[in-house]
Amino acid sequence: MRVGAAAMPGLKRGASAPPALPRFRAPIVFALIVLLFAGLVGRSIYLQWIDNEFLQVQGSSRYSRELEVPAHRGKILDRFGDALAISTPVKSIWAFPAKVEASPEQLASLAAVLETTPQALAKKLGSGDFVYLARQLPPEAAQRVAQLKITGIHDQNEYRRFYPGGETVSHVLGFTGDQDAGQEGLELAQQEWLGGKPGSRRVIINRRGDAVEDVESIRAPQAGRDLALSIDTRLQYLAFRELKAAVEANKAKAGGMVILDVESGEILALANWPTFNPNSRNRGARDRMRNRALTDVFEPGSTMKPFTIACAIDAGKVRPDTLIDTSSGQLTIGPNTIHDAHRAGPLTVEQVIQKSSNVGAAKIALSLPSETLWRMFADAGFGTPPKTGFPGEVAGRLRPAKSWKPIEQATMAYGHGISVNLVQMARAYTVFASDGELKQVTLLKANGPVAGRPVLKPETARVVRHMLELAVQAGGTAPQAQVVGYRVAGKTGTAHKLEGRSYANKYVSSFVGLAPVSHPRLVVAVMIDEPTAGQYYGGAVAAPVFSRVMGAALRMLGVSPDAPVDNVILPPPGAEVREET
Amino acid sequence: MVRLNVLLLAVLIACALSLVTSRHQARKLFVELERTVAAGREFDTEYGQLQLEQSTWAMPQRVEKIARDELKMQVPGPGRVEIVGGSAK
Repeated sequence: MRVGAAAMPGLKRGASAPPALPRFRAPIVFALIVLLFAGLVGRSIYLQWIDNEFLQVQGSSRYSRELEVPAHRGKILDRFGDALAISTPVKSIWAFPAKVEASPEQLASLAAVLETTPQALAKKLGSGDFVYLARQLPPEAAQRVAQLKITGIHDQNEYRRFYPGGETVSHVLGFTGDQDAGQEGLELAQQEWLGGKPGSRRVIINRRGDAVEDVESIRAPQAGRDLALSIDTRLQYLAFRELKAAVEANKAKAGGMVILDVESGEILALANWPTFNPNSRNRGARDRMRNRALTDVFEPGSTMKPFTIACAIDAGKVRPDTLIDTSSGQLTIGPNTIHDAHRAGPLTVEQVIQKSSNVGAAKIALSLPSETLWRMFADAGFGTPPKTGFPGEVAGRLRPAKSWKPIEQATMAYGHGISVNLVQMARAYTVFASDGELKQVTLLKANGPVAGRPVLKPETARVVRHMLELAVQAGGTAPQAQVVGYRVAGKTGTAHKLEGRSYANKYVSSFVGLAPVSHPRLVVAVMIDEPTAGQYYGGAVAAPVFSRVMGAALRMLGVSPDAPVDNVILPPPGAEVREET
Repeated sequence: MVRLNVLLLAVLIACALSLVTSRHQARKLFVELERTVAAGREFDTEYGQLQLEQSTWAMPQRVEKIARDELKMQVPGPGRVEIVGGSAK
């Protein structure tokens, strides 16, 4: 105003002057402006320093992203490095039905990609809040779904585990569940080792969404590690095939087989029947998934006798040629009587094993202090779990010696009143295969021979091994266990099954043996549960399976024969030696 | 004094431009690194799938079936085996 007045000096103030302004107008306008500025400053202080989180988040979401760094699960390999389990990325398609906007044509093409009918798809979309339209699709199929660009249909990355060995090794490996986490078997036991932990990191992106700069690593990814097993895929298949054939031929309920490497204690094969297919989402009854060879116990029967005899020989009570009076074929202890299936005159200790005499074994056991016999059984690994790390493996039952009654000591001598699992039984026979050492068994690959725990004197182990060789020859209980070109040794078991508190007319037929006798490499244990096709003696049911598997396994491993090719001598028909228990 | 200022201005502009270029270079290289890492991951996945395929083709079940049914192979009987070298100990 003043400037204006000064520029027009000639003008007089008065009539042409604007009407006087109200006195308070300028201060009020000024105050208002100040107030507005104060409001702006206050708001900006508030946003900048006090309530800045929302804007920070909004801002950074425009230039930075948190990316997931995937980490897949480790592979499971066999001893040669061939894959037994591999995870590969797949996609699952999901939707919120309420938010799906799709034309009928789009739905029809979606149904075609998902290999389902439009009706089935419509039914899925007609219900619920969240629905999976397809689980674990191959990435190419998921790509085709994405190309349809249907609003409300999403995909998510997952891993799916494949088991090329299918049903042959499924009990050992187990399987994984959702999120590729181990659910059964070694997949569960080795979860820590195999499982990968995805990481995440923050990056700056450009307008095309490409990462242009690393900001920080939020969580380092941890890739799953590979696991090499002791399993030999060829032997595993061989064991599985023969076991399956034997269970079917004998109309049995179940069966199991274990092949052990004597030097390293590695489990080269572990097969079970019945089995399941781990690749199928619908795996059938839980019952089929049990790894019976490790998680189920049975009363072994006569396969225990060599331990009784070895104990007596080691303690110096008997010699292989000591005569035991078994001529009556029975032995009465209190109210109970023990029978032999096959009656013979007096037998030497050697023949007790060869002919599998219950009376002989019982008499020898009764000549020993129960403490000594218990120590032998415990040292051979009975009553303690095999410690393979397999989930649910059992210890079996070996009662403390103090609680043994004489009749129990007698029946334990031939494998009743004691329970074992098949892997324990195979492990125990490493004592005879390795000159008296009990080997630690493992399902993981070992590097070379492993020292065992000495249990027997080497001479005792060799003497018993010789007896076991007699048992598979023409005068023994298992001539059908012989293998062309190799000397084998082993023992049959035919045990009545315990049902409730009494023994039923059902059997467990088993055979445990080793070969080649001159320098044992393998222990093979076979167990057939409830054969119902007529035969039930271990020598007739389990021994032939042993023979086929042992022969083929030794040939596959390139073990040089230690017997001529005409070594197999079968007894004339009708002259077989039978045994029970 | 003026000449020094002009010189400093020129240096400043040069520095600023080189910063822009190197920054751009760094981003380009980083994008390339990201792509390579992603490709590496894809190759890894593919390797796993190929391993799976190999294992599936090489499964003893299949090998045996082909050997028996298509190639008509069989295990030789004891009469047809001659042991060379490795004698019975």
